[in-house]
Amino acid sequence: MKRKEIRVCILRVGGTNCDAETKRAFQESGMKAEVVHFNQLTKTKGLLDFNILVIPGGFSHGDYVRAGAIWATQFNATLKEELSQFVEEGRPVLGICNGFQVLVEAGLLPQFEGRNPFPEAALASNNPPGYNCRWVYLRHESSSNKCVFTREIPVGSILRIPIAHAEGRFIFKKEKEEKYLKKLLDNDQLIFRYCHPNGKSAEGEYPANPNNSFYDIAGISAPSGTVFGLMPHPERAYFGWQLPDWTKSGIMPTFGDGRLIFESVAKYLTKKF
Amino acid sequence: MTFVFRCKTPFSLYKINVLAADDRQLEKISREMAIGLDAKELNAVKNYFCRKRRNPTDIELQTIGQTWSEHCFHKTFKGDITTEDGKIQSLFKTYIAKATSELNLPWCYSVFEDNAGIVEFDENYAIAAKVETHNHPSAIEPFGGAATGVGGVIRDILGVWADPIACTNVLGFGPLNYDRNKLPRGVKHPKYLFRGVVAGIGCYGNNMGIPTVNGAIYFDESYVGNVVVFCGCVGLLPKRKFAKIAKSGDIILLVGGRTGRDGIHGVTFASAELTEKSAEISRSAVQIANPIEEEKLKRAIIEVRDKELGSSITDLGGGGLSSAVGEMAHRFDCGAQIELERVPLKYDGISPWEIYISESQERMLLLVSPKNLEAVLRIFRDEDVEATPIGKFTDNRVLSIHYEGYPVADLDMDFLFAPPKTERVSKWNKVLLKEPAFPEPQNLDHYVLKLLSSAAITSREKVVRTYDHEVKGNTVLKPLHGQFGGPNDAAIIKPLEDRWKGLSISCAMNPRFGKIDPYWMAASAIDEAIRNNTAVGGRRIALLDNFVWGSPEKPDRMGSLVKACEACYKFARGFKAPFISGKDSLYNESPLGPVTPTLLMTAIGIVPDIRKAVSLDLKSPGHLVYVVGYTFAELGGSEYYRLTGMLGRSVPKVRLPQAKHIMQTVIAAIDSGCVRACHDVSEGGLVVAAAEMAITSNYGVKLQLENVPKNCNANRNDFVLFSESNSRFLIEVPESQAEKFESLADNVPHAVVGEVTNEHRLSVFGLRNGKLIDVALDKLAEAWKQGLEGKT
Repeated sequence: MKRKEIRVCILRVGGTNCDAETKRAFQESGMKAEVVHFNQLTKTKGLLDFNILVIPGGFSHGDYVRAGAIWATQFNATLKEELSQFVEEGRPVLGICNGFQVLVEAGLLPQFEGRNPFPEAALASNNPPGYNCRWVYLRHESSSNKCVFTREIPVGSILRIPIAHAEGRFIFKKEKEEKYLKKLLDNDQLIFRYCHPNGKSAEGEYPANPNNSFYDIAGISAPSGTVFGLMPHPERAYFGWQLPDWTKSGIMPTFGDGRLIFESVAKYLTKKF
Repeated sequence: MTFVFRCKTPFSLYKINVLAADDRQLEKISREMAIGLDAKELNAVKNYFCRKRRNPTDIELQTIGQTWSEHCFHKTFKGDITTEDGKIQSLFKTYIAKATSELNLPWCYSVFEDNAGIVEFDENYAIAAKVETHNHPSAIEPFGGAATGVGGVIRDILGVWADPIACTNVLGFGPLNYDRNKLPRGVKHPKYLFRGVVAGIGCYGNNMGIPTVNGAIYFDESYVGNVVVFCGCVGLLPKRKFAKIAKSGDIILLVGGRTGRDGIHGVTFASAELTEKSAEISRSAVQIANPIEEEKLKRAIIEVRDKELGSSITDLGGGGLSSAVGEMAHRFDCGAQIELERVPLKYDGISPWEIYISESQERMLLLVSPKNLEAVLRIFRDEDVEATPIGKFTDNRVLSIHYEGYPVADLDMDFLFAPPKTERVSKWNKVLLKEPAFPEPQNLDHYVLKLLSSAAITSREKVVRTYDHEVKGNTVLKPLHGQFGGPNDAAIIKPLEDRWKGLSISCAMNPRFGKIDPYWMAASAIDEAIRNNTAVGGRRIALLDNFVWGSPEKPDRMGSLVKACEACYKFARGFKAPFISGKDSLYNESPLGPVTPTLLMTAIGIVPDIRKAVSLDLKSPGHLVYVVGYTFAELGGSEYYRLTGMLGRSVPKVRLPQAKHIMQTVIAAIDSGCVRACHDVSEGGLVVAAAEMAITSNYGVKLQLENVPKNCNANRNDFVLFSESNSRFLIEVPESQAEKFESLADNVPHAVVGEVTNEHRLSVFGLRNGKLIDVALDKLAEAWKQGLEGKT
């Protein structure tokens, strides 16, 4: 299919607030993106009319209970079948920030053995605590090109993208930490880790690892590579003028590193379908 | 004898016998019902009901109280003031609005008329801006007070059909290490207020997804009892969609959250002094915030706007329905008929008058013609937001309210919007101050580090990072610059996808100058707000004025207010920067005394091409560093004096027309492309500005004080280093561009004062004695990065 035929569903509920810039990023990469209210999707439009599903950032339903938990429950209660089919057909699903939290709460990530009715991981409160808006460095870890959102990014590349969240500390249950980490690595599900500007692992050091995520984890995919969630906001690092110090160089860079993610998925879909 | 009688209605309704009350009894009624009217106003009420040959109901008296409150009617700014030099009829018309009307600039679209000021952005779009205060609620409940302050100002922007795109906030607290034992009963500790307010602001803006891009934090002893919270919002508005065309027959639609007992008497509370009992008595005056409700509300309103289904809109803020309905009807020369029982409530048992004046949050009022009603209701339904028709506009200029079929209020709009003119007396008490005499200190390194780590100057990073300043992905110049998080002078937003045009937002406040002279404080605030905007490339400045003052009933407070207003007129005119919106918060008095006169200036500018925007970080070793502007021995109110416990008298002045030429010169230089970095010189003076530029870039700076353009009085190293004279910039220019820069700066004071180095040091050579200051960059950074937490 051609890029302009790719239909992107940017889903929102009350409290979603990064839909407009996410839509802009997909459109800028030549795809056809549409912001759809969850109520609309359950009433009139079908999820399967779309090629990509995106759950953007925000505070869905106020993030009461736990970040993303209410929307995840709503997903599983009303869209479970459609969503399963969507994922099984290999249509890409992207969760950014609050969207990542939703995907984890809904059992779509990390999905070690199929979809789990219970979350296998959590995005817990930051440490140091509180909301944190800053630019971070990410190292691309996936070597197998499985993840459809990052397959155009060479392994070991350093990306600079901002975060903005209060609950982004990726954790596993303490007793399962090692086992699950091994699974993540074995399945090549670990996509992004926080790192220092020179690419050296953050090793939990603040602020390179801004929230004390386990193993500096910033983004993971499902074993299939088609479901991907990350805490940083690639849509805020799409253009050169969004960079925090673009004034440094004499000429403004045209693009930021976030664009690579949108370009990757576009290329994947144009090739595959 | 009692003056209150229960009516024979199946719900709670009282009549108040004002007809039989004398002056003393009227005042008792006003006090007990907390309607906050003075003797003259109460008599006007009594006369009105004498003519009507009946007594008012509680809801009528409350409506009058709300409508005539300082908060809603701004009666001090509109009233008569007797000064030593004669009478001023309306401070607002004489000074603030006069500057704007005399400038008569074609790009001012709607000023002082609406919820927010509106100026042109380009052919199709306009910018709406508004700054509000929320001091009183924040003093009682800092989180809720600040959060609802943000919520309120966002609704002001929605209230002109604009889409909110950026928030600002400027805060004032007592010293964070204030001695607890010195706190009077009922006054909360500055640290508690600081944490609550910062959390409240972050919560609302972040949850709504509106970037908080600009702001400031100030500390002053007088803010211990009177915390200062300014919340601002800027919105984008397609010009064609600005619909304010309501007419008789239009349906009044109440949309958003439900109405409860939170926020009863918020405005009368805001129009009174804080006392020991405020927390106890006025807790219900603080509203409860629900940003997600407002986020949904915003979506629905923008859709109604885009489909052109509404005929007018306003927000429910101070005074709740009572002021929103009244002001809307008054504006369109209509009356209004309200069926109050239709208002959706949070819980039962709320009396009609409480429903009518409740300030519950996240509510707005839409006017919709009957033919569009169904379509509008559908939009709100789809967003899961309640929308309820509660009445309609009529052509008889009467406010008529029914509750369950019973008439509960019947007031003539002409009476309601013509309160008796307030009269104030002003007396300017000149402060007798001395300029301190002391020898020049030896160890100036020490002072530089002390300044950088002082509460006024130290990095705000820890606060700013808790605000999402990137959401919407349009923040071109951020509050914290680059890897080292230096303080940019203004934020730049790129609001339109297909245009390089940007919007620059800056602010300034100089409360310490006001302790010496409120006139020069106001002038300095205007200069600094414009200067901050200029430093990043912003021009065509529109100003917003926000006054936080003590009780207008006290002549000395009025005296300083008049002085500040005089300067507002003169300097706004002189800079050709009109006021487009403003707000005053008076009665900031506590058991510890009045707030120090505080005037916030917010400047909104245009950056024609954001690719030419300039940040403060130094770009390359070898480049020249220029000072533009003249340095005087103006250390009165400076941070340097404060460190040594002095105030001084030599407050910085603003010299027109030169100040304006300087701003124009800097803009011309930025446009020509020869400016690589630019930073305004303000708190801490020249050396602090240079240090901030160095810290942000990780390059060193070498300065020669001898070369700084200065007045002959500025004959000491410390004066040149730390003077806070206005209209000055530090500018980085590549040597290859120096000639071009100098020809542009020909008619304003300027000189090369140093260069960018690779040495990671700040070195300053003094006026006479060779190397004066030599500090390593990481030491400077360490001092500056200490942050406010170090002060707690």
